Amino acid sequence: MRRAPDILFPLVLAALLLGAWEGAIHYWQVPHYVLPAPSAIAHALCTNFGSLMESLGSTLAVTLQAFAAATILGVATAIAFTQSRLIERTLYPYAVILQVTPVVAIAPLILIWVGFERINLALVIVATIVAFFPILAGATLGLKSADFNLLDLARLHGASRLQILWRIRLPTALPYLLSGMKTAGGLALIGAVVAEFVAGSGTATGLAWRIVESGNRLEIATLFAALALLAFTGVVIFAALSLLEWALLRRWHESALGEVT
Amino acid sequence: MTLLSLSAVAKRFSNGTQALRDLSFTVAPGDFVSLLGPSGCGKSTALRLAANLLTPDSGAVTFPTGKPEIGFVFQEPTLMPWADALANARLPLDLQNAPRGEANERAASALARVGLAGFERALPRELSGGMKMRVSLARALVARPKLLLLDEPFAALDEITRAQLGDDLLRLWREDGLTILFVTHSVSESAFLSQRVLVMTPRPGTIAADIALDTALAGTRDGRLSAATIEAQRAISAVLNGTVAA
Repeated sequence: MRRAPDILFPLVLAALLLGAWEGAIHYWQVPHYVLPAPSAIAHALCTNFGSLMESLGSTLAVTLQAFAAATILGVATAIAFTQSRLIERTLYPYAVILQVTPVVAIAPLILIWVGFERINLALVIVATIVAFFPILAGATLGLKSADFNLLDLARLHGASRLQILWRIRLPTALPYLLSGMKTAGGLALIGAVVAEFVAGSGTATGLAWRIVESGNRLEIATLFAALALLAFTGVVIFAALSLLEWALLRRWHESALGEVT
Repeated sequence: MTLLSLSAVAKRFSNGTQALRDLSFTVAPGDFVSLLGPSGCGKSTALRLAANLLTPDSGAVTFPTGKPEIGFVFQEPTLMPWADALANARLPLDLQNAPRGEANERAASALARVGLAGFERALPRELSGGMKMRVSLARALVARPKLLLLDEPFAALDEITRAQLGDDLLRLWREDGLTILFVTHSVSESAFLSQRVLVMTPRPGTIAADIALDTALAGTRDGRLSAATIEAQRAISAVLNGTVAA
């Protein structure tokens, strides 16, 4: 596992930076509506803890649903790609178009089409689109990376496509898929936040909406508290997926033979 | 009796390379035949044709007495890195949906036969190059093949390991009454191991010579350095040099 400095040094830096921030706010008497002191942010976090946690739960629910949907859809599409060159040639350009089109631009359309009465579904769809591509790219690359000789051997012994997929292609793809999932986990959160921003007032209840609302009310300390929660959530998602990767690959894959990344 | 027959086989790859032309030979049951030639002469292509992993452009690959169970060993061990030695050796049985208990028993006994008893749970990364090749050999034997096809299986190994594996291969050949088609670019290996050496020309590959060796000597321990083996090496080298020069 990690050595102490890996954890200690960043914590020391954080303490120094927060101390300097706190000191600078008091020294120059910066107004709290421009930049609140860390102590004020912590206070805002405590006083609004209940409602902020509710918002976090809402954003997290959208993020996790989108992540799950992106994983299932991405792997399924990748499997379809590897089973048929025709499907891949036909669909791949559209997957790329979906990826390169700024999601902020299509989010309003999705919200209108799905309807504001099903706002959660709309948010999940937007976040899924954002998280989808790294899963597809990772899984496709992984499924295609199977050892050709191993595939030949399987065919020699009469393996069906399903057997080849299950016994050779999917295990080969696992490290690539997990790498894609680590990227997609962060993107699902970003997608959820973007979707909440676009959805705007009265409908969304997540952390992004709290940021907009706090900004409008000049409650900058609350805004920072929501921001800190978002960042923390992103880190936790990344750490959880890194742990999953380590648990699944540590016995056999070069990338996981060292330490948790 | 003929187990495997290639007649007037030609193969051109999609990039336009003519790998083989007019390749004909037969392998009798119980034979240990080496397919010897320089790099890129189409030896591996011929082996893949024999395994029906490739289809010839013209000519025919046939099994006059019915298609036998085939074992195949590649130049690389070609193991599944996520699976232990037992699961790797078991793969052909798993693909045939053999009952797990019976498959485990057969895979374990195949591992024991190649000297890997006790390594059932070891992952490929925990094994040496020679041991990985042994797992690969066990996997080829586990489905009890009649015909064993080997594509330069020992080329990447050090000489000591190569000699040990050669001895083991001969033992397995005799014990199981296998038929072996062995692709190699090593004159000494072919002279020591096989009963017959088919020398191939450079690309496009075809058979330049069919050399029968003293079968009584094939596979005896002192055979590697015996006068007859050395003599066989000379004869094979002469033909090989002739084909490369031509």
